[in-house]
Amino acid sequence: MTGYILRRLLQFIPVFLGTTFVVFFLAWGMPGDPLAGKCGDRECPDAFVAAATEEFKLDRPLIVRYGYYLADLGRGDLGRSFTGRDVSEQLVAAFPATVRLALLAVLIEVLLGVTIGVVAALRPGKAFDTTTMMVGLGIIAFPSFVIANLAQLVFGVRLGWFPVTVSDPTSFAELLLPAIVLALAHQVTLSRLTRSAVIETMQSDYIRTARAKGLGEARIVAVHALRNSLIPAVTYVGKDIGGLLAGAVVVEGVFNISGVGGLIVQSIRSHDGITIVGAVTVVVVAYLFINLLVDLSYAVLDPRIRYD
Amino acid sequence: MTDLIQATSPAPEAGAGPRRRSRSLTGEAMAQLGRSPLVWIALAILVVLAAMAIAPGLFTKVDPQRCILLNSRKPPAYGSWFGFDIQGCDVFARTVHGARASLSVALLATIGSTLIGGVLGLVAGFKGGAIDAVISRVTDVVLGLPTLLGAIVILATLGSSGNGVLRLALVLSVLGWATEARLMRASVLQTREADYVHAARAAGASSIRIALRHVLPNSVAPLLVLATLSLGGYVGTEATLSYLGLGLQPPVVSWGTAISDAQPYLASAPHMLLFPSLVLTVTVLALVLLGEAVRRAFDPRSR
Repeated sequence: MTGYILRRLLQFIPVFLGTTFVVFFLAWGMPGDPLAGKCGDRECPDAFVAAATEEFKLDRPLIVRYGYYLADLGRGDLGRSFTGRDVSEQLVAAFPATVRLALLAVLIEVLLGVTIGVVAALRPGKAFDTTTMMVGLGIIAFPSFVIANLAQLVFGVRLGWFPVTVSDPTSFAELLLPAIVLALAHQVTLSRLTRSAVIETMQSDYIRTARAKGLGEARIVAVHALRNSLIPAVTYVGKDIGGLLAGAVVVEGVFNISGVGGLIVQSIRSHDGITIVGAVTVVVVAYLFINLLVDLSYAVLDPRIRYD
Repeated sequence: MTDLIQATSPAPEAGAGPRRRSRSLTGEAMAQLGRSPLVWIALAILVVLAAMAIAPGLFTKVDPQRCILLNSRKPPAYGSWFGFDIQGCDVFARTVHGARASLSVALLATIGSTLIGGVLGLVAGFKGGAIDAVISRVTDVVLGLPTLLGAIVILATLGSSGNGVLRLALVLSVLGWATEARLMRASVLQTREADYVHAARAAGASSIRIALRHVLPNSVAPLLVLATLSLGGYVGTEATLSYLGLGLQPPVVSWGTAISDAQPYLASAPHMLLFPSLVLTVTVLALVLLGEAVRRAFDPRSR
């Protein structure tokens, strides 16, 4: 197992370098003027161009600049937005809200997805299974920003069950509605995955043995079947966190949450390219680390998988 | 190694039971698709949408750019089914005319990502070795970057210049090809070892001829299925990016820009947001249903 963990950590290095290079390349290496859009709506003044060429070393080759970018990233220096605010400071302030939102969303996603998946699997093809599948397709077809806006209108403004926007610093109660919205679409795939895994497990020999021993159906499902059906679900949730963080950009924008996603939306509106690149870099790096942790946790959680 | 796997896996005939072999795999898949009413409903919706995109004049005579401020935010009424938006433009006309931009982006992005992914996957799977290693690692990296976040970085950096539809489709293709490449590579790896490929090689066919005439036609089906599924996804991504203010910009009329314009007035004039969203959702739903049906029809295990 130690060998597996070491190898997985070593594999992480090229993936980390590659992904950060892609983000860096998308921001600075694409054809066209790299300073376009970095000064808001107007043209960059000559003094800014000179200063930026000096600061971002635009006269050097791309690969050298990537080296500087990595070094800056390592020091936690993500540059300054064009309003002169330190990007890392803004991100540090924004992170707690996003972490809370993501945790709550994952919790809701797992609760909803696993419950729906198990119940649907017990009677496949019956009313509950078919209904949840159709509703799920509908949810996937609705773009998340439409769901977010409608939820805000119906449950926030009209019914008044939830606060319409979120204060800063946020509480879990305020984040409940945004988290439900964020979790809804991701819950659909999870419940379908759980459903097919449970259906497969219920046909296995040890379930028949458990039945033959005279165990109750509830105990068979909850103790024997569920545990072995959860592995694909755990894999999906781990890999899905990147999509969840991307979805958080939209949801935080709609509910005015001052998290990393909200910061990205604000920066898009004020055409603040440097803040956008910094924030996306941090989200992507966070996502890479979460994936690493998920992979490493298998070595601990699942004794059936051997890593040598 | 391959021999071992072939020896231990059960023979294909075992357990398959009696089955009519009169039709080819594709023919059987098509027949299965034709039997499903959902597929016909989805196709009918898509035909109407395609007609909207090609000839919007068939559906409305109202000019979507002719806006009368006096009509601003008027709710739906006789003669204007969907009401008017903030600038006093007819929402129905804008929704009909928006089909072209929204569907063009999705179609072009799907074609682009399928081409890039297909070519890279074919090369990686067919050539193997160092080329495969390089392409596969790059694929892993691109796959790890959520499309929406990558698109935000590029579009925010590029600024808004040039043709919006083409630019957006290009950005989505550059970010979206990785799943396609991985699928194509896996499919090519399977096909590459088939007997007819060995036969062609023994007959002295050149590598390029084998790749294009023998391997490609026999490994492209999963890629086309994925393309159908991703069409719906790209319609949604266009709308999301336009909503964030990064995708298509006015004066281009698209569903995303319409929804984006309507969002601030959601509480007082919900019809402005509701109707374009509804059409967008129906489109994605039709594409997802069709893609799911195609996937199931071409997946031998689900028969």
